[in-house]
Amino acid sequence: MTQSDLRTQATEIHEQFTDQLDLTVEDVEERLDTLVNEYKVPTDEARRSVVNTYLDEAGMDRDQLGGGGGNEQVQAADVDAPEEWVDIRAKVVELWDPRADAVAQVGLLGDETGTIKFTKWSKSDLPELEEGKSYSLRNVVTDEYQGRFSVKLNRTTTIEELDEDIEVGDDSVEVEGALVDIQSGSGLIKRCPEEDCTRVLQNGRCSEHGEVEGEFDLRIKGVLDDGEDVTEVIFDEAATEELTGITLEEAKEMAMDALDTTVVADEMRADILGRYYTVTGPTFGRYVLADEQERLTGSVDADELLIKARSI
Amino acid sequence: MASTPTREVARRVFAREFNDAGYTFKESDDDRAPVYALLPTGERANRVFLVGTLTETEDVGEDSEYWQGRVVDPNGDTFFMYAGQYQPDAASMLRELEPPAYVAVVGKPRTYETDEGDMNVSIRPESISEVDEATRDRWVVETAERTLERIRRFTDADGTHEYVTMAREEYGEDVEPYRHSVVGALESMADAAEASAD
Repeated sequence: MTQSDLRTQATEIHEQFTDQLDLTVEDVEERLDTLVNEYKVPTDEARRSVVNTYLDEAGMDRDQLGGGGGNEQVQAADVDAPEEWVDIRAKVVELWDPRADAVAQVGLLGDETGTIKFTKWSKSDLPELEEGKSYSLRNVVTDEYQGRFSVKLNRTTTIEELDEDIEVGDDSVEVEGALVDIQSGSGLIKRCPEEDCTRVLQNGRCSEHGEVEGEFDLRIKGVLDDGEDVTEVIFDEAATEELTGITLEEAKEMAMDALDTTVVADEMRADILGRYYTVTGPTFGRYVLADEQERLTGSVDADELLIKARSI
Repeated sequence: MASTPTREVARRVFAREFNDAGYTFKESDDDRAPVYALLPTGERANRVFLVGTLTETEDVGEDSEYWQGRVVDPNGDTFFMYAGQYQPDAASMLRELEPPAYVAVVGKPRTYETDEGDMNVSIRPESISEVDEATRDRWVVETAERTLERIRRFTDADGTHEYVTMAREEYGEDVEPYRHSVVGALESMADAAEASAD
């Protein structure tokens, strides 16, 4: 624990009590410093001890410690670095059987953005979390194992049950890669107008209802490839429009002018093939149905990789 | 879903390594079984994806159009590609594009033996599209990363990885040139970043 870390912790604690007590950051830091550097108390224990002291002084309960805790409020999908102190509002989606006595509870927390594993240590002496209930968890620490992130509850964590029921993001997946193919049946297509039949017509024919007057639609069946895996992605009308900037009306006009519907797919191909995208959405069979997509245009950092490449 | 043939992944490889991948093989005796080029760092490649600078196009056909395209990677190494009447989209792109231009190419490795007995490796493009510099940069870093992963597996593997073993047998132990490609490509990016920062 360096002095600047202590300072950070002191600042966080100071903020928690700034309304109740007449403290300076230096007061807090001194207390922490004494515990950590003189008495060799572990930092989180020191923090807990200092917080308790101030709670007593202010005549407050631990769960009265309100906002301004200094931690960033994160969502499950935002966690992307280990060893960060954060606050999270999430629902306990699943509880698993702890495999070790040291672990009191382990499972999955979820919010709108997705899910993340959590671990609660036995020695932290925290209240039980219940499956299906939503909580505000303050002062949890992020962790990483083999590229997967989790949060760990500790002695300083405060747990507050929420009245609201946090909605947990669906089973959507995120895929990233180069768009290496746009498959046939993409662009301006016609669908069967029969009730409950949305089959795509082939040469004006529905495989179920025969020759029909089709209804125009936009769709892209694309392939994202990251060099390791391929994922087939379907973009519906809205997603196709967002991806290509071409609306259904414009596509119809293009096809009308050219007396050919394939010009639409050709135009789209020229715009999007060979570019990199991130696509998020639920899976359907072997497809990912694109809910959100983003073209990756930002700069990429080569330096870290260069160091690795030079060192092996 | 055994009935649906799974699509082959597009490997990321710099030109130097790709052009050395002269050994090809099939995984089964079936006529329609995919043909793989064996990358010297120990991976099979039925398809590649590359982004580079198109420096030259030329119709080298005799009776009908047959377009050659040269695409250069950041190390100055060249990918050669050929598109004729059976690759109409790629052929028309090569006909129409004005070099120099950044292009993204998806294609299949093809090998042929020259009269001198050398193995030449080229690409039969499935698609060619004009892209921007940001896409090229992303490809360079991605390809460096993938190549580095293969090199690490090659040097770590205790002879158990199928394609590493195969690559050792066909090409030998030296993957150092491909590490140089990675370093060179990344350095060119760092240089470019510095130049634009100045």
